[in-house]
Amino acid sequence: MKKEFLKGNEAMAEAAVRAGCRFFAGYPITPQNEIPEHLSRRLFEVGGEFVQAESEVAASYMVYGSSMTGTRCMTSSSGCGLALKAEGIGYITGARLPAVVINVGRGGPGLGQILPSQQDYLSATKAPSNGGARAFVLAPSNVQEAVDLVYEAFDIADKYRCVCYVLTDGVIGNMMEGVVLPEMRDLSSLPDKSDWVVTKRGPGPNTQFGNKRIITSWQNTGEELEATNQVFADMLEGWKANETRYEAYQMDDAEVVFAAYGTSARVAKTVVNKMRAEGIKAGLLRPITLFPFPEKPFEALDAAKVKKVICLEMSIPGQLIEDVRAFVDKKIPVEHFGRSGGVILKPEEAYEASKKML
Amino acid sequence: MEKSLLIAGFGGQGVMLIGKTLCLTANDNGMNATFFPAYGTAQRGGTANCTCIISDEEIGSPVCETFDNLIVMNEPSYQKFAPTLKEGGEIILNSSMVTSRPADGVKYYAIDSIKIANDLGNTKVANMVILGAYIAVAGNLDVDQVKEQVKHALHGKEALFDINMKAIDAGIAAVKSA
Amino acid sequence: MEKIFGLPSTVLEQMTHQFCPGCGHGIVDSLLMHELEEMGVKENTAIVWPVGCSPMAGSVSTINQVSAAHGRAAAVATGLKRSSKDTFVICYQGDGDLAAIGTAETIHAANRGENITVIFGNNSIYGMTGGQMAPTTMLGQLSTTTQSGRNSEQHGNPIRMAEIIAGLEAPKFVARYSVHDAKHVMQTKQGIKKALEVNKNGGYSFIEVVTMCPTGWKMTPEQSVKKIVEENLKVFPLGVLKEVD
Repeated sequence: MKKEFLKGNEAMAEAAVRAGCRFFAGYPITPQNEIPEHLSRRLFEVGGEFVQAESEVAASYMVYGSSMTGTRCMTSSSGCGLALKAEGIGYITGARLPAVVINVGRGGPGLGQILPSQQDYLSATKAPSNGGARAFVLAPSNVQEAVDLVYEAFDIADKYRCVCYVLTDGVIGNMMEGVVLPEMRDLSSLPDKSDWVVTKRGPGPNTQFGNKRIITSWQNTGEELEATNQVFADMLEGWKANETRYEAYQMDDAEVVFAAYGTSARVAKTVVNKMRAEGIKAGLLRPITLFPFPEKPFEALDAAKVKKVICLEMSIPGQLIEDVRAFVDKKIPVEHFGRSGGVILKPEEAYEASKKML
Repeated sequence: MEKSLLIAGFGGQGVMLIGKTLCLTANDNGMNATFFPAYGTAQRGGTANCTCIISDEEIGSPVCETFDNLIVMNEPSYQKFAPTLKEGGEIILNSSMVTSRPADGVKYYAIDSIKIANDLGNTKVANMVILGAYIAVAGNLDVDQVKEQVKHALHGKEALFDINMKAIDAGIAAVKSA
Repeated sequence: MEKIFGLPSTVLEQMTHQFCPGCGHGIVDSLLMHELEEMGVKENTAIVWPVGCSPMAGSVSTINQVSAAHGRAAAVATGLKRSSKDTFVICYQGDGDLAAIGTAETIHAANRGENITVIFGNNSIYGMTGGQMAPTTMLGQLSTTTQSGRNSEQHGNPIRMAEIIAGLEAPKFVARYSVHDAKHVMQTKQGIKKALEVNKNGGYSFIEVVTMCPTGWKMTPEQSVKKIVEENLKVFPLGVLKEVD
């Protein structure tokens, strides 16, 4: 298979098309603009639709509207754009609709910076909207993985009728790297949604009065909403049990464990290699699903062996570290080194800072 | 073997083109390559720059603070990036626009790309002169494969093939005679 | 005995709607339900009902229903229609929804000429939340947030959405009606029919219907009708504002 050399944003957009995405609505914001630009052309070539919305808010609701027809659909944005899309993400989640959201992270809070950052970890994994809405969050660390995870995100979204959120950053979005693109999905092979889509009538999970389909996040009584909340809670437990993913790099005999995701994990790999070359037993635990968080490998770290856990993040203060601390044995010190604001974490400084912590 | 390269200059000097051409060649040759362009506000203030890493093995960080090689196309880029050269690294200077020179002991090649390009008959191929110079210095890419990439980029402008190829050769020659 | 008039099959007989006495929304909804039945499109229609009083008809309708967040109906309708061209898509929105929080969505869906029909119930008040000022509230009108009457210096003037929409290139049918008496109700029915026909033939249509909110206005239904004639229709003149064949 030919390995093409593509920009992350463009590659992710093409992966979406090949996964069967046939609707995209978005709003320009740096550093993710190549995604809507690519899709504005490609979706029409494959019989899909692209809308440049009047706002991020509107874009999130266009995706909501498209999803209820059974169409695979997506939106993308960055930083403060996701804050605007949060409203729609909540409605999509509450109405049990599948959708894919890509965040090509930039600095914050507020307008922040257009430069790469990982400052949206907490908003993506803990509260992508109001009312306890949760999304399935994937974090690729290179362009190939970004392509593979975007491709798969549509399956995850369909399987659970949830928002599958791909959290990247301006480095992965804007760098070019070799990538093998997946094959074009045959739309007829995609999951059957005819029992709940609003474009059909008849019995289904969201049918009223015999034939009427209703798509809503509204519940008529507190008890009904509570029951729905319980359905979500059970789903999240299922994710935790069955869907967590991570990469363990040089972990077999690791005494110094780095925890990092996305671009920072690549930086961490370079640091691990450098330390290993000096005889320091370093390793890396890289969460691929940020939510559900891979608790087990962190819980399994042996305090008799592991001297330190170091979280590398492009965020100040650290955000990933909150999850890492929650699951690592309290006897093992957990520390953070990061850059933020769009200053990209570099392996040399990460190495120096980590050495000082040992 | 991993080689990191930073290319910096004014927008329009072919900084991105040189970087992409090198990385595409490596990629097509089965190597791993990452190309990361500085964008937005990092791009302003006199320099456009990109980081290229080419390796036989998996590439960790696509960004770094220090580089095996630098290509500096103008004086502001020299001022900003000369300190990022690794010990034992090599700099390619576009001496048509860079007046400073590295301290004693730093290996560098001063390539008068504009003069060479003008001698060939087209100022615009100055970036190809620099590209040729880098191939000669780095030694990790095949000249013919790089030339194929350039031809591919010039698709539809076949009339320009010849002068671009000559410019690459002239860049290689300039390094060899330095 | 022969039944010569009754509820259309688009409305459930066993349920009652929740509108207040004298409210105009129920009239407009009823006209819409009759029209959808008469046009034979009830099986493939989706109505987007957002937030406010306007969506309350959803509880008695058998038409497929979508709830949108406050103001976002036109964006939801855009995504729905673009992904399902065979579905007949209608938004039914109130004035707080369409003319305040959803102004951007409303205007841009119209400007793109989305193949949808927007029915706008303009009762000059936020009914659901207890009678606050709407963008369409009359100057001098009392509301819970304009307790000494709306004044233009502080609150701006009532906004004329139909005129704004009619000023755009793409919309094919834009008109304003009223449901304050039987004659105007019949005219509104014709307007809704026309708007749905435009939709069926592939175009954007917008109907503003001036209605009463006796509860929000703190008036009797009779006083409300009088206010419509004496005040509201002077600010919101009736008629077809734009019609493109």
